Parts: sequence; C-alpha cells; structure tokens
Amino acid sequence: MDEKIFEIMQFGVYTASILLILIGLYAALTKKSLIKIVIGLSIVDAGIHLLLIAIGYINLGTAPIFSPGYEDAAAKMVDPVPQALVLTAIVIGFAVTAVALSLVIRLYRHHHTLEIDEIKNLKW
Amino acid sequence: MKKFIVIITLAVLGFYLGETFYELGFGNARFEHGVKDTYLEKTVSELHVANTVTSIIVNFRGFDTLGEVTVLFLAATALGGILYKKKHHAGDRSVLFPASRIVMSGSKLLFPAVILLGVYIFVHGHLSPGGGFQGGTIVATGFLLMLLAYDDFTVSHHVLSYVESFAGIFFVLFGLAGFCNGGTFLENFMPVGTMNDLFSGGIIPIVYILVGFKVAAELTGLIYTVLHEKD
Repeated sequence: MDEKIFEIMQFGVYTASILLILIGLYAALTKKSLIKIVIGLSIVDAGIHLLLIAIGYINLGTAPIFSPGYEDAAAKMVDPVPQALVLTAIVIGFAVTAVALSLVIRLYRHHHTLEIDEIKNLKW
Repeated sequence: MKKFIVIITLAVLGFYLGETFYELGFGNARFEHGVKDTYLEKTVSELHVANTVTSIIVNFRGFDTLGEVTVLFLAATALGGILYKKKHHAGDRSVLFPASRIVMSGSKLLFPAVILLGVYIFVHGHLSPGGGFQGGTIVATGFLLMLLAYDDFTVSHHVLSYVESFAGIFFVLFGLAGFCNGGTFLENFMPVGTMNDLFSGGIIPIVYILVGFKVAAELTGLIYTVLHEKD
C-alpha cells in the first residue's frame, strides 16, 4: 500500500511541476495582454521552485529541524540544501515580477493600451 | 499557426524534461556522504541551532544572503525609479472605490495580530520553520491590509527608508566585526548557547532579525510606491 502511494506520488510531483512550467511558458508566449504575460512568468517560477525542492526528497524523510530530544535524527532528514537555494530563488522571482509590473504600468501610461499588438513604435 | 509551433516546442521540451526526471528517480538518496551530511552534523555540534535551513542561509552560505538582500534593494530602487513622479500629493491613490464596512472593521482587528505573527516568525527563525524573509513578508502583508482598507492610513516614507538602510548597514557591519575578531567575513564570533534556546546560535538570530526588518520595510515601501503612482 505504501509502495503504491509512493509510485503515484513520484509521478504526481514531477508531472505537476513540469506541467506548471509548460503552462506558464505557453501563457508567456501566446497571450496578447501584458499582464497575462507577467502572470505566465510567475507561474514558471512556481513550477521551477517545486521541481527543485522535489529533487531533494529522500524516501520516508522528515523536515530538517532538530526537535528537543531528537538531536541524532540526522539520518532520516531530507536534503536541506535545495530548500535554502529555493528561498533565494523565491525572493529573486518576486523582485523580477515587481520590476516587470512597474514597466507594464509605465507602458500603459504612455500608450493607453495593454495589448502588445497595438504598441507599434518599434516595428517597421 | 503560431500557437501550433508553440505547442510543438513545448511538447518537445516537456518530453525531455520528463525523461530526465524519470531517470533521476524520486526519493532515493543518491550520495553516501554528500554536502548535506556535513551541514546536518555541524548544525548540531558546532552551532547549536535547531533549524538547518536557517544555519545554511545565514552561516554556511551567508554571503549569498548578502547578495540576495542586495537584489531586493535593487528591485525596490528600480521600481521607485521607474515610477517616478515629480509632485507628491498626500491624498492621491489609485484605488477605484472605497472599501466596504466589513473590510474596514476587520482589518483594524487583524492588523496587530498579523504584525505579531510576523515578528514572532522572524525572531524564532533558528528554532522553528520560518526566518527573516518569511516574517518580513507577513509584516508587509499586514501593512498592505491597512493601506487598502483605509484612505487616510499613511506610513512615513522616510522612516521606511531609514529602517531599511540601517538594517542593511548593520548586516554588513556584523560581517566586518567577524574580521575584527580574527576570523573571516560573516564568521560566527558570538558564543553559541545551548540548543533550542532563544539566545543560541551566535550571530544567527541577530542577522535574521535585521534581515526581517529590512524585508518588511522594503516591501512596505514598494507597496506604498505602487499605491501612490496615479498622476
């Protein structure tokens, strides 16, 4: 029973994160409204973070926090290094989204439209 | 036509990603003695800190945290520079209609509780899950709630910039103080107490409290800039 649940979970986590990356890329590539493009980039961020953390999982492992009385449980803990790297990645993803949204606000103020088909200054 | 090409490209990308991760496997320990074993062991024996992720972020890889704090600062500065206005009106907001009665009374009740939760999370970053970045974001959410509910709730922008700048400067000063005690930059030079105590871990709680203040002030300033940009 445990083995079957583990098999499903193995496919579930990787599939969900890869699907999130693909959906976000699809939104960033085909949508016409600027805010939808920024939302697509944010969804790609979420998928990548989930994928990075899923790599560090160890079967039947627990969170890497030492409770009082269990100081020698280091053999049963999941990998803490991807979690520390993903913390940095979340902050940087947020910073990129904030600056992208401020650029969208400036573009809207100048052209009074959010569709990228109508912002034609740089086209020939 | 363009959507067809995009779907084909994404299908190829998804196939190769899926194949790589299927071969990698889920949940098997791949190394006998990797980096994580050294970190997990040194966290208990040398640093006396309960949360391994905190000790990796602040102590073992503390220089990357300094870089990340710089990236946040650059993002807030870039946003303030892009949305530049020449005049500052006190009452101009880009909110379309005033908040309802429920939001106004509920946010007044919730605001101290949210601030307390955020401060609790970043003070206890080395004992339980959490830390400076998470707690600072929660405090900024509390300020966002009050800013959206009330028209006349203001936060002084100068106080926010001072708090943010001083928190960043003290972080670097703590790193330089590691030099003065004969070690490396950002070395843990204060005495480590017993584990699971509030004052354990040397400079780790102090640095994380400074990071919490900096992130909270930065995000509140960012929200304030975007909220007042209507010209």
